[in-house]
Amino acid sequence: MNAVTLTPPPVTAPAPVRGSFWSRYVFSTDHKVIALQYLFTGMAMGVLGGLMAYVFRMQLAYPGESVPGFGVVSPGKYNSLVTLHGTIMIFWMAMPILIAALGNYLIPLMIGCDDMVFPRLNRLSYQIFLLSAVVLLASLAVPGGGFGGAWTAYPPLSSRGIWNHTPLGAPLWLLAVALEIVAFLMGGINFITTLMNSRAPGMRMHDIPIVVWMIVVASVLFMGSVGPLVAGAVMMLMDQVAGTAFFDPARGGDPLLWQHLFWFFGHPEVYVVLLPALGVVAEIITVFARKKLFGYRTILYTTFTTAVLSFFVWAHHQFVAGIDPRMAHIFTITTLLISVPIAEMIFSFIATLYGGSITLELPMLWALGFLADFLLGGVTGIYLGSSGTDIYLHDTYFVLAHFHYTFVPIAVIAGFAAVYHWYPKMFGRHMNKTLGHLHFWGTVLPFNGIFIPLFLTGLAGDHRRIYSYALFKELARPELQQLRVFATICTVIMLLFQTPFFINFFYSMFRGAKAADNPWRATTLEWATATPPPHGNFPHEIAVYRGPYEYSVPGRPVDFWPQHEPA
Amino acid sequence: MSVHAATLDHESLACRRCASGIPAGRLALWWVVTSEIVIFGGLLASYLLFRLRHVSWGEEAAHTNTLAGATNTLVLLTSSLFAVLAHRCATQGDGRGASRFLRFTIALGGVFLIVKALEYTGEIHHGYTLLRGTFWSFYYVATGLHALHVVAGMIAMAVVSVGAGRGRQLQRVELVGIYWHFVDVVWIFLFPLFYIAK
Amino acid sequence: MTTLTHPKYGAIWFTLVVLLGISLLGPLTGSTAFVLLLAFGIAVVKAGMVAAWFMHLAVERRLIWFLMITALALMAVLFFGVAPDVMRDQGQNWGALAAGKN
Repeated sequence: MNAVTLTPPPVTAPAPVRGSFWSRYVFSTDHKVIALQYLFTGMAMGVLGGLMAYVFRMQLAYPGESVPGFGVVSPGKYNSLVTLHGTIMIFWMAMPILIAALGNYLIPLMIGCDDMVFPRLNRLSYQIFLLSAVVLLASLAVPGGGFGGAWTAYPPLSSRGIWNHTPLGAPLWLLAVALEIVAFLMGGINFITTLMNSRAPGMRMHDIPIVVWMIVVASVLFMGSVGPLVAGAVMMLMDQVAGTAFFDPARGGDPLLWQHLFWFFGHPEVYVVLLPALGVVAEIITVFARKKLFGYRTILYTTFTTAVLSFFVWAHHQFVAGIDPRMAHIFTITTLLISVPIAEMIFSFIATLYGGSITLELPMLWALGFLADFLLGGVTGIYLGSSGTDIYLHDTYFVLAHFHYTFVPIAVIAGFAAVYHWYPKMFGRHMNKTLGHLHFWGTVLPFNGIFIPLFLTGLAGDHRRIYSYALFKELARPELQQLRVFATICTVIMLLFQTPFFINFFYSMFRGAKAADNPWRATTLEWATATPPPHGNFPHEIAVYRGPYEYSVPGRPVDFWPQHEPA
Repeated sequence: MSVHAATLDHESLACRRCASGIPAGRLALWWVVTSEIVIFGGLLASYLLFRLRHVSWGEEAAHTNTLAGATNTLVLLTSSLFAVLAHRCATQGDGRGASRFLRFTIALGGVFLIVKALEYTGEIHHGYTLLRGTFWSFYYVATGLHALHVVAGMIAMAVVSVGAGRGRQLQRVELVGIYWHFVDVVWIFLFPLFYIAK
Repeated sequence: MTTLTHPKYGAIWFTLVVLLGISLLGPLTGSTAFVLLLAFGIAVVKAGMVAAWFMHLAVERRLIWFLMITALALMAVLFFGVAPDVMRDQGQNWGALAAGKN
């Protein structure tokens, strides 16, 4: 007998959970619970990262003075605060919220499925992620303190304890990042497989909501780019703990190799977090403009183009590292090229807004805030992508302001947009509008107040990695110091204005106005079930009849035509 | 013939659907292989770059034990044969046969590790340690990482073979096999890189 | 669901072992270029055979092939993007040349 058919055996669906607190909220395999676990962990880490920014901004504004709530910032502590701020915000805030939380929450709901393909793998992925966060925080408590070699961990500084003075902090930092990568690889494989296999009947390639596409493409990007960094991390760990010389130039190693391995991952990583943010914005804009998304296929194919191109741009982070100038030409061209698909997506969003019946609900405010602020981040990137100007601006506050103008809109503004948009579905209640407006303006205005001055100090020559500008005569001028103080005050204001959000978030969870099943009158499948969705999501198997953005279709009694409604 | 394991209460919708035409387990496993390719790819690309730059590494490479490397290649190729025979048994519904072949595969994985250990011992005795030079660092890191994958594969196969012996989860035999073959393929490239090119 | 025709695994294994033997004979010829070409050529053939027949890529959906090729292509991108820097650590005196022209 040769030709045989092999079917996987039936797998038990997770039984409806009615058990204790632990089995319902801690060890649940329900994708929605896991999503909320990621969301809460990500928010907690985000608060921590924000507080770290407060401490080192205070040090920069008032060098040497004791920071309220922290004390005097020593140079070593300053380094480790800056390093952990960067690491936490990328790996423990942006990725868990935008990819893990949204992906877990939305993918099964939006494709009309009851859960992930591998629910237990999903739970394991969160547990490993949590462990990685614990390891990272533990690294702050070891002798020598937390790792202080910046989130890029360039050798030779990062590769020997005798040079970075954190012989325990550095390997623990590396271990935490490695665990986080493992967690996201597991999660990513789950997302990709679920989308590829478990779509509702009738859902074709072009019926999948953009945000699901974006999260899955981001997961593929992550998977394709992270391998060399894992290899590099193994080599780095050997350098740190066993004394090998992979990255030690004095003994035949090459520090540039690490930079390449790191940025081969590091640049696609930018798109790993950007794409889900763009997806969130696409969803929200169509819902609140009551209009079909302009150019669904264009956006989809530009997403693929961005994903492919993002593998060819990494060395623009290294223009001053002594790389081959001929390669710098190539990477300049590819870097400028990649702004085209992103600009195209932004134009599509603006075209969607054009002529729409726009209502400025809270999620829409955040989505528009994203478009406006991200634009500035994108445009300043052009200067840094060109090797000629980058040589002057590299490692200044101009670079820092540029990437915060991309990452804050991505992780904070689009993240809040997503929370405000899907909050009614997640908790069955609405958030308070007044507090929401307060939070929005109290976040977006100070955000610009922080980073516009830093563009200016960067152009004036402020180097990024300086502990105290008082030590540099030409940079300690009062007009520059005033800009730094202004940025610091804005940081404090922005952080303080997160309080209304947390009050709103937890108060509305119990006392907010009850939400209907489809409060935004949206078309995608997550609104087709109860609010909040029960374990198993849909009461019966759901089928898909049309694309995800059928708003204001002529001849229809209502201005939205859900995907699951038969014609 | 369809192979079904013990009937369970009710299956999840997510697992019943198969829009891509590839069962979810196998699809996910191919993504695992993809992510592994870039991990080993990054390491071996780095090694290759260093190797091409330092001609003198050829003299260091002359001290690796080609005989041990070749023996291990043979051992892994044979273990792959057993893994695929286990898969054939599984598709024919012969769980006990699959379990037996998987145990052979695990045993050969053990042989591989023993040969590797003897090889390391010999090299360390002759002074070719991790810190002798970056060639040796690469040698130990690359083969060590590969050996970790061998250990992981042996553990996974032990779990699968217990289930298969009782006729449960037979589709897993193929999945663990694909992983094992991937580990074999990595070794197929490590062999010329470290043992033949001198 | 797969409909799978099992090939003769024993014969494939035997071919693989023969190829291994040939790659071991290479060094006897004494020509380095030939040895390298033979060893890596055989490695590619062996890996291809294992992938095609043991991992059943030959009968797997085309999608998986693309996946594997893409992953390998990414590694080629990495290699050639890094090579100009890592393989030229002796320095090309870019700064000195520019200074000389001034």
